[in-house]
Amino acid sequence: MGAEFVALSLPPLLIGILAAVTCALPGNFLLLRRQALIGDAISHVVLPGIVIAFLLTGTIATLPMLLGAAGAALLAVVLIEGVRRTARIEAGAAMGVVFTSLFAAGVLLLEQSDTSGVHLDVEHALYGNLESLIWLDATGWASLVDPVALAGLPSELPRMALALLIVCLALWLMWRPLAIATFDEGFAATLGLPVRAIGLGLVMLAALAAVAAFDAVGSIIVIAMFICPPASARMMTDRLGAQVGWSVAFAILSAVLGYVAAGYGPLWLGFENSVSAAGMIATVSGLILGVTMLAGPRRHPAGLARKG
Amino acid sequence: MVAIKDVNPVQAAPRNEGVQAPPPALSVAGLTVAYGEKPAVFSVDMTVAQGTMTAIVGPNGAGKSTLLKAVLGLVKPLSGEVRLFGLALSRARDRIAYVPQRASVDWDFPARVIDVVLMGLHRELGLLRRVRPEHLDRARACLARVGMQDFATRQIGQLSGGQQQRVFLARALVQQADLYLLDEPFAGVDAATEKAIIGVLKELQAEGRSIVAVHHDLSTVRAYFDHLFLINTRAIAAGPVADVFTGENLQRAYGGRLGEAQLAGGTLTG
Amino acid sequence: MIWQALTLQLGYNATLVALGATLLGIAAGVTGSFLFLRKRALVSDAVSHATLPGIGLAFIVMVAMGGDGRFLPGLLLGAALSSGLGLLLIAWMMRRTRLSEDAAIGAVLSVFFGAGIVLLTVIQSMNAGRQAGLDTVLLGSTAGMLQSDALVIAAGGAVVLLLVLLLRRPMLVVGFDPDYAAVSGTNVGRIDLAMMGLVMAVTVLGITTVGLILIVALLIIPPVTARLWTDHALRMVALAGVVGGLSAYVGAAVSATAPALPTGPIIVLASFVLFALSMILAPARGGLALIRRQMRFRRRVHRRQGLLALAVGQTIHEPFTLALLRREGLARADGVPTDAGRAAAAKALLDEARWAALRADPAHGLSASRYDALTRIETVLTPDQIAELDRHLPRPRGVS
Repeated sequence: MGAEFVALSLPPLLIGILAAVTCALPGNFLLLRRQALIGDAISHVVLPGIVIAFLLTGTIATLPMLLGAAGAALLAVVLIEGVRRTARIEAGAAMGVVFTSLFAAGVLLLEQSDTSGVHLDVEHALYGNLESLIWLDATGWASLVDPVALAGLPSELPRMALALLIVCLALWLMWRPLAIATFDEGFAATLGLPVRAIGLGLVMLAALAAVAAFDAVGSIIVIAMFICPPASARMMTDRLGAQVGWSVAFAILSAVLGYVAAGYGPLWLGFENSVSAAGMIATVSGLILGVTMLAGPRRHPAGLARKG
Repeated sequence: MVAIKDVNPVQAAPRNEGVQAPPPALSVAGLTVAYGEKPAVFSVDMTVAQGTMTAIVGPNGAGKSTLLKAVLGLVKPLSGEVRLFGLALSRARDRIAYVPQRASVDWDFPARVIDVVLMGLHRELGLLRRVRPEHLDRARACLARVGMQDFATRQIGQLSGGQQQRVFLARALVQQADLYLLDEPFAGVDAATEKAIIGVLKELQAEGRSIVAVHHDLSTVRAYFDHLFLINTRAIAAGPVADVFTGENLQRAYGGRLGEAQLAGGTLTG
Repeated sequence: MIWQALTLQLGYNATLVALGATLLGIAAGVTGSFLFLRKRALVSDAVSHATLPGIGLAFIVMVAMGGDGRFLPGLLLGAALSSGLGLLLIAWMMRRTRLSEDAAIGAVLSVFFGAGIVLLTVIQSMNAGRQAGLDTVLLGSTAGMLQSDALVIAAGGAVVLLLVLLLRRPMLVVGFDPDYAAVSGTNVGRIDLAMMGLVMAVTVLGITTVGLILIVALLIIPPVTARLWTDHALRMVALAGVVGGLSAYVGAAVSATAPALPTGPIIVLASFVLFALSMILAPARGGLALIRRQMRFRRRVHRRQGLLALAVGQTIHEPFTLALLRREGLARADGVPTDAGRAAAAKALLDEARWAALRADPAHGLSASRYDALTRIETVLTPDQIAELDRHLPRPRGVS
């Protein structure tokens, strides 16, 4: 049991947790800035970015994929802003125009190019393949301290851990300016803070999280984790630091419960096959949000809570 | 009253200008700001001497807030120049503090009163320095100055409008600036808050600092301010309240909308 | 081949599919316009993603009852039910919790979609599900579409269009000013509900053709494109219908020519091409026109400002202003006005003084509201009125 768990379940579980937390962290600030749907837009445009990187390099190596996806995210943000200003329409509509078009272009490119030799298709982009990220070299818990076996870990694991580290570092460094600019952009600007760069930096951080997680777990988890754990955390507390803490806890809980439910749930119910772990993690995060919305101590806007 | 150490004493002027008079706290030349294709502020010149308390007054949509925002670099002007204490904005940031309109932010943001006040210390703290007890003490002292010392750990969304406005003022106080720029500080606040705020502003002026506030209530202009800047897209009149606050000038600023001014509580004396 | 496709010469079935898609495109563009006017364009994104669990459940239920899991009306019913539930949840979250609309939309779309994916993997493990090909609901496909399916879509599109035609006036009023609509007796809640119902209908109909990820494009891009060409609401709605229909027609026809040309993306890209061209070229709100107008406006501002400065003997600081006046022969390089410049400056000053007098006079409230510091007073008042104004003009008066 131990050996099987370490080889088959531990790596995808860890990758799922890392991906969930990496997305939930910047998601807190996107939520507070009313930009929750930027996460949705980014996770859609990652596809054309990756396809173009593949067409240019002919491989699915990590670095070109990351660069392609980040470039696409940047392009999308610039286009959304350009469309919004030129056509003078609300941000939501501008977003809708840009991300659907880019996603359509990505799908078309993918269909037109020969990707039979590599693992690249729309379904994979949407819900990844968490279950396949297994650790063949593991023979048991002892493998965790065996350098030879560790070298055989799925490469998504260290990559995701690195992404989480970068996100944590960036948020730690930018915490105060980000909080000030999110609460009161005008005041932040009078302090000399580069508010536009801060906003763009946050979106780029979200893009990094989306790209890293996308490869391992697909874009459903990305969108769900950008929004659901921070939204649940919002129902629990009125302090920014505590909110971020709650969101991390909810992200981990979603990943663990979702992965277990997807892998073992159907077996317990008498089915033979497990179901999509990515989809289940998103579903669980939604259930958690449902519970916190019904029972969270801070579910109402502060003004209403005062009167009870 | 807690004494607050002054980092940038204005009174130290004249600095390196020999025997010249100190530069004005604010000088604006030929400022034009447009939204789309309609100028909100057109070719405005304005000078605010140090140590004065100036009201920017005009009808709704006259460009009062726009003028303030252009001074602060929050909107990009089509033309014109702004100088603060004789310096460009980027070099004068440590000497100015801004109190935005209360309604311009989302008060449901997860923060306590003290957190908001501490935002005013960001230029001192920079990216890496932690908030230390002396910073907290300063923030609490500023809260006490606006009568909010008992609310430091309250969630900001639970405050009344007047209390929110006081918190914004406390955040500006902690910046220890030489020029305070306020956008409608008395809009929608209770009488006690209005009294508290004007009390603090008068103290600031007594310390030699300068105050510029967008103001809409004509009935209190005489009591609160010593200088008046009347605007309706163009600058209409500027100077000491006693000279500028005349029926004729108000007529020129408000025109056909003088009824609006009177509704706002204006008492027109010649 | 493409030409043949565009002229409907690829056979009866392809023709039927193209016509069905066109009707759907028109219905989407028209319906999306009202959503856009109501500033709720991205709600459609949640509506479309939220259909997936309903489709999955409907398939499972139909198979469990011994029927054909791919029976289209059954799938559409399931889709409508679950996206309706998603809409209700969004409304509830916005009303009862502190979450804003974007968070509610994002939460519903990602969670429903995730649940849908779970159901799809369940179906794949069912015996009947192996060849279900339900993945086509993600990106749409007209290849192998049944004749009856095309008829369902065409008929559905026609019904939606008819309903929009009936409801256009109240929907317009609500989109333009919901508060006014409520005060004047319109039941805003019910109209919004009807509008969302129509959006849901379009989404559900579009799933098989465009796919649920991209149907939202057909609801958003045509209205935004149309908005660039006109300020008139009903004209915009009609134009959005044309853009949507044209995109869908071209997309369906082109994609019928080759297997690697999925319908949904082609339709979306066709509408994006129309949008991009409009954004650059549209005469009223297009980018080129916008840039030209802004540059002209900037010149007018600087010219006027420069003349007023000359009139009172001020030096001109701004290099742009000075260059402008020099180019028009109004000032010399050192900032000294020419004779023509002096005349123009005096005229500007007089204009300004007249405006000041006009704006101070309560009798001229309406004319005074047209003041923008640039319009010459002759365009607002008659010569008689100006003469009357001049009589009261205190002179000489420089702006102090």
